[in-house]
Amino acid sequence: MTRSVIELIPTAEDSRIARHAAAAIALTLVEAVIPLPLPGVKPGLANIVTLIVLTRWGWREAVWVALLRVFAANLLLGQFLAPGFFLGLAGALASLGMLGAAQYLPSRWFGPVSHSILAAFAHIGAQLLVARWWLVPHDGVFYLAPVFAGAAVVFGLVNGLVAAALLRELRQQEAGEGEMRGKPALPTD
Amino acid sequence: MGAGWRELLRPGDWAVVALGAALCIYAGMGLWTAGAPDGVIVRAGGKVFAEADLAAARRIEVPGPLGLTLIEIEPGRARVASDPGPRQYCVRQGWLDRAGAVAICAPNEVSLVLTGRGNDYDSLGY
Repeated sequence: MTRSVIELIPTAEDSRIARHAAAAIALTLVEAVIPLPLPGVKPGLANIVTLIVLTRWGWREAVWVALLRVFAANLLLGQFLAPGFFLGLAGALASLGMLGAAQYLPSRWFGPVSHSILAAFAHIGAQLLVARWWLVPHDGVFYLAPVFAGAAVVFGLVNGLVAAALLRELRQQEAGEGEMRGKPALPTD
Repeated sequence: MGAGWRELLRPGDWAVVALGAALCIYAGMGLWTAGAPDGVIVRAGGKVFAEADLAAARRIEVPGPLGLTLIEIEPGRARVASDPGPRQYCVRQGWLDRAGAVAICAPNEVSLVLTGRGNDYDSLGY
């Protein structure tokens, strides 16, 4: 019997996705330590990574990073296949869909902050619908909608600003060392 | 960092922030004022005797087997002002001011219910 060796050679894109996903997972784990007043209301710091990847590397990579993060972080936190996981997955899918549309907004007028807030609204919208349809089959869940909407605006704004600041930083870094290294600096460098 | 964070927001971003905040306030007002009643239903002997809105003050006299029950309506609230029943439970409930609130004068077979958008509970069985 001959042993067959399957060798996977990661492309530059693969490593980039892995690196970004790792950063996003780390942020999710850090965030899980923060006590939260209400289930479902959390800053979503990992979305900063998603926003940066979306702007720099496009929507497809952002989808990879976001979904890898949802699965891996939930596995690490012991939440995989728990209700919270499905809420998070629904939110992630909805916000990725929203980002897919929002990336075509004219970039002269709309930046990461817009992307962030729109995605946050898609996120809470999907979560509320899944919660209403599956976990709490009562219209009472919508009673919390204003709280979630408020969180979406505040955290969406903050995450968007952080993403925009990091993107600016990265652009400046690249302008500085672009000619030296001949390739763009990675956000996780 | 710190300086010039305003540059991070493009004109459309401000609009999105404003729109999000407006949506919040709109959702808050729409959902959290749902407990306000907008009308009353008065029943006598199990049948609807009168329906009224809570906009203007008025009095309704409802005949029952024991005599007249007097319902008093004011803008935003209603009560059983007097009732010939022996224990006066429905009268002592006082003013009802939430959608779904109920006062029942069982001996005289009269009930008063406040109706409204989004009845979150009724005062008998929540």
